[in-house]
Amino acid sequence: MKKSLPILILLILLAVLPHIGVSSYIMHILVLVIIYSMIGMAWNLLGGFCGQVSFGHAAYFGVGAYTAGILYSKLGLSAWWGLPLSIIVVTALSLLIGSICLRLRGPYFALGTLAMGEVLRVTAENLVKFTGGDVGILLRERTWVGKTWYYYIILLLAIGTYLLVKKVIESKLGYYFVAIREDQDAAESMGIDTTLYKTIALCLSGAITGMAGAFYTNYMGYIDPKVVFNLHDISIVTIMVVMVGGVATYWGPTIGAIIMVFLAEIIRSNPGLGAAHQTLFGILLIFIIIFLPNGIVGDFPKLRRLLRLGGTPT
Amino acid sequence: MSLLEIKDVSKRFGGLSALSNVSYFVDKGEILGLIGPNGAGKTTLFNVVNGFYPPTKGEVFFKKEKISHLKPHQICKLGIGRTFQVVRPLRRMTALDNVIASSFLHTKDKVKAEEIALEALRFTGLYEDRNVLSKGLPLGKRKKLEITRALATQPELLLLDESFAGLNPSEQNELIDIIRQIRAKGITIMVIEHHMKVIMSLSDRVVVLNYGEKIAEGTPKEIGSNPLVIEAYLGEAESA
Repeated sequence: MKKSLPILILLILLAVLPHIGVSSYIMHILVLVIIYSMIGMAWNLLGGFCGQVSFGHAAYFGVGAYTAGILYSKLGLSAWWGLPLSIIVVTALSLLIGSICLRLRGPYFALGTLAMGEVLRVTAENLVKFTGGDVGILLRERTWVGKTWYYYIILLLAIGTYLLVKKVIESKLGYYFVAIREDQDAAESMGIDTTLYKTIALCLSGAITGMAGAFYTNYMGYIDPKVVFNLHDISIVTIMVVMVGGVATYWGPTIGAIIMVFLAEIIRSNPGLGAAHQTLFGILLIFIIIFLPNGIVGDFPKLRRLLRLGGTPT
Repeated sequence: MSLLEIKDVSKRFGGLSALSNVSYFVDKGEILGLIGPNGAGKTTLFNVVNGFYPPTKGEVFFKKEKISHLKPHQICKLGIGRTFQVVRPLRRMTALDNVIASSFLHTKDKVKAEEIALEALRFTGLYEDRNVLSKGLPLGKRKKLEITRALATQPELLLLDESFAGLNPSEQNELIDIIRQIRAKGITIMVIEHHMKVIMSLSDRVVVLNYGEKIAEGTPKEIGSNPLVIEAYLGEAESA
């Protein structure tokens, strides 16, 4: 009861937020934060808990986004059908990518997924008949003009993701994921089918990321390969969101998403710094790896100690 | 009745023949000691039985079933647990979580998995350390954790790879007791060991490997007086 009270307050706060006169710009930032926190949680399932570091989550995001986009542009259906359908499409994609990349371990897996993300971007750029190529896909009318309903939908999706991740990690699957992360050979000799469970982690992670992509199409009303398959803005920022917030923690991706999105906005809106935002992200990442390797949530006690020592030297 | 049959097994790594034509049985309920000088192929044999390496030639049967084409997790599920010579704890998990991860093999229910794990931890005397991160445990306890983890998969055959190396005499005696109790539960044990005292006091039978070949097999007493075995070990001493 005591533990659920702050969460209840947080939920009520999030629910009334659109009705207290928050500007459309802030609402947009919030939606972005929630999208990144959702992809971050998905990445964390695979990278944080199962130890398979992916540099190619843009692949799932992009294919999810294009599932929604193509349903609209080619079949004339509502792009919202992309949300359920992206689960199927992206799971199939995850199985394909997994069958290739999960044979690799450690940094080789990371490089394999990086390549996959780029391959899909190039494919989307060149399959002009299907994807519209660099022209992209434009939804002629968006479902709502205001941001409120989009905000509620992505909030629900993110809460669903949070609950799913928590449920998975506290079950047999979670123990197996962490066992695989810690020592794949030991896990195998404990009777864990490492290939199967890595594939499960990848499919779950991919499907959630794909749904976020499908939502993105509906929300933005326009997608093109350079945006939704973007190596930096999707794949790398997702990793940073998790690294900054806390690898293998429940709240890490959310905290990381808040920090990263606001930081990006602040830097970009400053004309003197704007162009250097990737450089600053790089410096931030180095700082985090050296001083807070477990992220803000994971190293919270350490962080508090550091700040207290810095604040009042006794 | 033989539980495990190793039939004419050879394992080559490129030009190096790590095992050549090794054959023997492990009977149900016995403790079989596997000894031999460094590099004799003992751990390679474990890796073949456990499924990490497919044999280049020959077959392994467990309960009359051919297992030499299976993967390690399938072999574990059939009932063969193993420990590693160089301990491999799941470092950022507590001792309890290490064992729970392994006791999930025969149950999906977390409460039940935890029960099995706690029982296994009590059995090996790690219950007090259950909430310690396994990377923080001293070597003796990590070795025990390996055994506990293997036990939690509820094996019929347990492969112990140098569980005694690096332990002090009192820890060794404690572990001898534990292994005897494991056997008393009806679990068959194959153990690789360098400590002669341990092998002689634990094993019912001993198999000796040298340069990948089986050079002797018999009771500890027979092995102790076998000229081939003595030569293999003295040869090792001279070259060292």
